[in-house]
Amino acid sequence: MRKALEISNLKKVYKGGFEALKGIDLTVEEGDFFALLGPNGAGKSTTIGVITSLVNKTSGTVKVFDENIDTDLEAAKTYLGLVPQEFNFNQFESLTKILVNQAGYYGVNRATAHQRAEKYLKQLELWDKRNEAGRMLSGGMKRRLMIARALMHEPKVLILDEPTAGVDIELRRSMWDFLRELNQQGITIILTTHYLEEAEMLCRNIAIIDKGTIVKNTDMKSLLATLTVETFVLDIDPVDGNQTSLELGDYVNRLVDNHTLEVDVEKTQTINAVFSQLSSLGINVNSMRNKSNRLEELFVSLIENNQNTTGGQ
Amino acid sequence: MLSSVNFIALKSILHKEVHRFMRIWVQTLVPPAITISLYFVIFGSLIGSRIGEMAGFDYMSFIVPGLIMMSVITNSYSNVASSFFSAKWQRNVEEMLVAPVPNWVIVAGYVGGGMTRGILVGLIVTLISLLFVDIQIHNIWVIILTVCLTSATFALGGLINAVFAGSFDDISIIPTFVLTPLTYLGGVFYSISMLPDFWQGVSQINPIVYMVNAFRYGFLGISDVSLTVAFSVLGVFIVTLFAIAMTLISKGIGLRS
Repeated sequence: MRKALEISNLKKVYKGGFEALKGIDLTVEEGDFFALLGPNGAGKSTTIGVITSLVNKTSGTVKVFDENIDTDLEAAKTYLGLVPQEFNFNQFESLTKILVNQAGYYGVNRATAHQRAEKYLKQLELWDKRNEAGRMLSGGMKRRLMIARALMHEPKVLILDEPTAGVDIELRRSMWDFLRELNQQGITIILTTHYLEEAEMLCRNIAIIDKGTIVKNTDMKSLLATLTVETFVLDIDPVDGNQTSLELGDYVNRLVDNHTLEVDVEKTQTINAVFSQLSSLGINVNSMRNKSNRLEELFVSLIENNQNTTGGQ
Repeated sequence: MLSSVNFIALKSILHKEVHRFMRIWVQTLVPPAITISLYFVIFGSLIGSRIGEMAGFDYMSFIVPGLIMMSVITNSYSNVASSFFSAKWQRNVEEMLVAPVPNWVIVAGYVGGGMTRGILVGLIVTLISLLFVDIQIHNIWVIILTVCLTSATFALGGLINAVFAGSFDDISIIPTFVLTPLTYLGGVFYSISMLPDFWQGVSQINPIVYMVNAFRYGFLGISDVSLTVAFSVLGVFIVTLFAIAMTLISKGIGLRS
């Protein structure tokens, strides 16, 4: 398997001395669906900026399909498609013109560009808006337009920087399906997102970055397997409101109110036993859900650990 | 090297640029036509008729080449300054920066767009001038060469201005405080030979004097400066400004963090 992206000891110090990247190493295999996660200001967008040449790096190397951006930048760029975080298309141009011009920058002739524009505008349900100016679109449509634009030169690597930010859940799910389809066609996808459910559902490999350092880089399954405790929220029959917890043996639990119970279930324990204990207390469980997404729990714990290690600097 | 990929990229930038100023033609093509028409009416017909001849030509015929050149200069400059700054401001310049477009293609595309608008406005102004005066042509090749080199020079200037600009105010400072005075003092309305020796000497350092005079030579066959010097000045300006523009874009000044 070829390496779609190979980053070694990448550093970026902005004017004023802010060290956004402190020597990160990262490898993304061809065909991967890769999540790059981190809190705001962690260095995700700077990393993407360096890869796509919108940010000048301070030191380190970046290779895209073995093309070094220091020596073969134009070759490296042909592999990449970028969906940035901010809307950065010409707000006054029509959708078709935005797409056809973008294809032209990659050397795609206008006839082919028009065919591809039609294909992607239809796939992303923007065809009816093809002659409207970009500024007339809703937020979700603008996000889809940027995905279409990034695909116009048929890149091998698609980098999406928070592509579903501010997008409603129905639309988000249809975008997930679209991205899965692209990945199945062989396009390597690198995704940053604050919706950890999104990363867990879509991505096979993951890197978590905080304060310019990669704090975890592994496959999603292995990462989720490290989760030792999961918290469930149970909607139960009303109990005495003065209690703060229930007697559930070894299970740590908290009554949020008289009919909502949070139970911590360790990896060595089973959820069945919780139901048995509640049953023996004569309490019915009406519904149950995870308190938070599994990846979210790990993410929070990794970031907290890193902040404790670095002294919250 | 102009590979087919680069050629398509260049055509795309040019197409985008021409489409931009054609889409807003009321803002880009009509105002210079109205302004220059007023110049023709006021300086040419009303005042010009009382001035009499200048360098052997009636005043209207004398100022027409300078007024055409003035509109070419202003429009070539402002087209690139405003378009490139707008692309920076909206961040859609990133569409080109992430693509494998060589820097010289970006420069050439924007400069080509500025030249196209400058020359188109020049043609419109020329057509309007026909309502006021019979235009004679002494040397068409000098006219074409001068207008192309001048529009390229000021389009490059507009690009450099836009690279440094941090706000829309910054792209109006140079046209207001530098270009307008230099144009008015560049021999559009008078022959510099009419000036006292000292001011004739000062005028020699105004590059617009060379452009206006070379252009006037193309129409009337008269010039206050030698054509060789005029084209040499234009050549030096183009090479220098192109080198500066390339350096700025390559380093990503104002474009990359």
